[in-house]
Amino acid sequence: MRTDALRLMAASLLLIGSTTDAAGTRAIADAPLQITIPAGELASVLPPAPGVKTVRVAAFRLDHTPVTNEQFSRFVAEHPEWRRDRVAGVFADGSYLSHWRSATEIEPHQRNQPVVYVSWFAANAYCESRGARLPTWHEWEYVAAASATEQDGRNDDEWRQTILGWYSKSARHSLPEVGKTPVNYYGVRDLHGVIWEWVDDVNAMLVSSDNREQSSPDALRFCGPGALTMEEKENYATLMRIAMLSSMQANYTSKTMGFRCASDFGTHGRNKP
Amino acid sequence: MKRSLVLLACVAALGMSACTKQHAPQIVQVAEADTGGSRRGDFGPPIGEPIRAVLTSPPHVPPPTNRTHPARVIVELEVTEVDMEIAEGVTYTFWTFGGTVPGSFIRVRQGDTVEFHLKNHPDSKMPHNIDLHGVTGPGGGAASTFTAPGHKSTFTFKALNQGLYVYHCATAPVGMHVANGMYGLILVEPPQGLPPVDREFYVMQGDFYTVGKYREKGHQPFDMQKAIDEHPTYVVFNGAETALTGPKALKAKTNETIRMYVGNGGPNLVSSFHVIGEIFDKVQYEGGTRFQENVQTTLIPAGGAAIVEFHTEVPGNYVLVDHSIFRAFNKGALAMLEVDGPEVPEIFTGKLQDEVYIGDKVASLASVATAVQASAQGNLTVAQQIEAGSALYKGTCSVCHQDDGAGLPNVFPPLAKSDYLMSNPQRAIEVVLNGLSGPVTVNGSTYNSVMPPMSQLNDDEIANILTYAMNNWGNKGPAITAEQVAKVRATTKRAEGAAH
Repeated sequence: MRTDALRLMAASLLLIGSTTDAAGTRAIADAPLQITIPAGELASVLPPAPGVKTVRVAAFRLDHTPVTNEQFSRFVAEHPEWRRDRVAGVFADGSYLSHWRSATEIEPHQRNQPVVYVSWFAANAYCESRGARLPTWHEWEYVAAASATEQDGRNDDEWRQTILGWYSKSARHSLPEVGKTPVNYYGVRDLHGVIWEWVDDVNAMLVSSDNREQSSPDALRFCGPGALTMEEKENYATLMRIAMLSSMQANYTSKTMGFRCASDFGTHGRNKP
Repeated sequence: MKRSLVLLACVAALGMSACTKQHAPQIVQVAEADTGGSRRGDFGPPIGEPIRAVLTSPPHVPPPTNRTHPARVIVELEVTEVDMEIAEGVTYTFWTFGGTVPGSFIRVRQGDTVEFHLKNHPDSKMPHNIDLHGVTGPGGGAASTFTAPGHKSTFTFKALNQGLYVYHCATAPVGMHVANGMYGLILVEPPQGLPPVDREFYVMQGDFYTVGKYREKGHQPFDMQKAIDEHPTYVVFNGAETALTGPKALKAKTNETIRMYVGNGGPNLVSSFHVIGEIFDKVQYEGGTRFQENVQTTLIPAGGAAIVEFHTEVPGNYVLVDHSIFRAFNKGALAMLEVDGPEVPEIFTGKLQDEVYIGDKVASLASVATAVQASAQGNLTVAQQIEAGSALYKGTCSVCHQDDGAGLPNVFPPLAKSDYLMSNPQRAIEVVLNGLSGPVTVNGSTYNSVMPPMSQLNDDEIANILTYAMNNWGNKGPAITAEQVAKVRATTKRAEGAAH
């Protein structure tokens, strides 16, 4: 519910703010390729309701890598209302795209690095401009549960430890380029070990900011469909991702938070009007 | 009588939440001997301009507040994720409150209103928050301070209860945030302050879980499975094995009163905190108001603290340990307090005499007798020397340097493959004869212990022991002769405390 409200707000403000290309849907060349993800079931760490163990995920399409600075800079060029010097503060905080050389230019070495310092609003606008959308948490989690060989690799200790290895490195280091990690079971890359990623329903999956409040959850914060309980507490890697998403407001940006887009199955993001 | 029965029933029913506040009998009364806890902790609104709290890095403690009125105290704490050494040559990504493990020490007075600013550095990968055990209110401030990287949160609380409290991060997964070093201490002084002492120190224990083994070099990531199994790789004071040893040892003088604020961040282990060679005159166990006197070892729970006090009389090195003792010698839970001052032999003499006591090992000393005889006859072989030296070593040296010559990490230097021993036979003779105290570097590690003079051993014995040590455990060195030892003995001044 809150997500829809945010989107409406974004859309209406965008219409006011944009001077050209008001529909905001012109195709962007050189967007990441999308991979078709078959439908399936997922034992989510955020089950939809108490007692419900699995989530049904419909077939959809997902970018095979995160969106890069270069791709996002083209979007900004075509949608100048998303320049860091023009964006409204309600859509992006003061750090938005602060790593770029200027409001329109990126540093050469940033070209193939995943774009970070983007707000949920900006990520959402980018995907919409491609006729796509952000993946939902369950879609993201479904694909990210896959190891290189298993559809659900989450019980593989070694694989889990590899993911945790990323958390053991501080964010001071430069980000790697996209597409350098091995493909997973579905042919998707970089879901782990590169950046955090925005999801569409980030506001609906809020975990309590004090996750020990198990017995008397604050009903308001737990209103979303996914936040009733947290399963698989030993799956620290996923837990940390949820905690990170929970700490972010939709206009927040961070040095390690980027995104990728998804599309419904049967549509093709780039060509959709 | 009836009332207390009702209360008992109520307490028993608490688990089923049958006992609500309205039904609970009001039997709580503040006895005169009590401090009154939080009910007597509110001294009214803050007076005067807001005060910026002095925060200190361990092992330092901020000065007393020296205030007689409640104030508004501003605390600014920055969370950073930094790579630091946990042991020599071993780095770990610590998540810190203020750049250190444990985090900055916070000192306020009971009744103060604390304006708390939690800043999460933009380079952080994680969101963080803080739960201060000294806070009265939900989550101890955790939900109020949940902060994304590059953001800052503020909340205010009144410090109603005096005492020493742990603070820690409570962001999911809590265990991992704590295991990475996110804890520290906040002292809420009683309104009258604490009695003055000569020195205050801030020491906090924590257990750490790395993928690599203890002291395995390089950058070591967090090992989730070891943490869940509660099998720590390291148990250390102040975030590193070497945080309080060698040049970084705590320092004091004789005839001083020392107060230590000792916390335990956990995440898992309970500490058996002990200072070797001292007795705590006072322990405010669990950080509370009452104290126990004359305590040898005090338990400090994970997420708990204690205030310990003792008076120094005798100079020397005092070793702080977790007396769950394998943690001290095999996981790093060792810290050093160096006390400087004149000897006080009427209290403690130091070693007066060290003689070989062989128990039932008489038979093994046959080789010593053989060597003595051969030496007298002038046909002593190196093999005989080594054999005799081996028997003497076991009776005299192995207690510290160990049977395998490996010594004890951080405490007693190794003799096996020791650059210090092998590079200078002359010095080795001097050390055995005169003892050695103060820092020495052996194979790149610094040791700061005391070896008593072994001048009670005769020249033959010292020659044989050294020949054994320098030609064993992979060492290949010269044979030392009794003449060499005699020469050193004659030319060096007898060290103080030497037996003969």
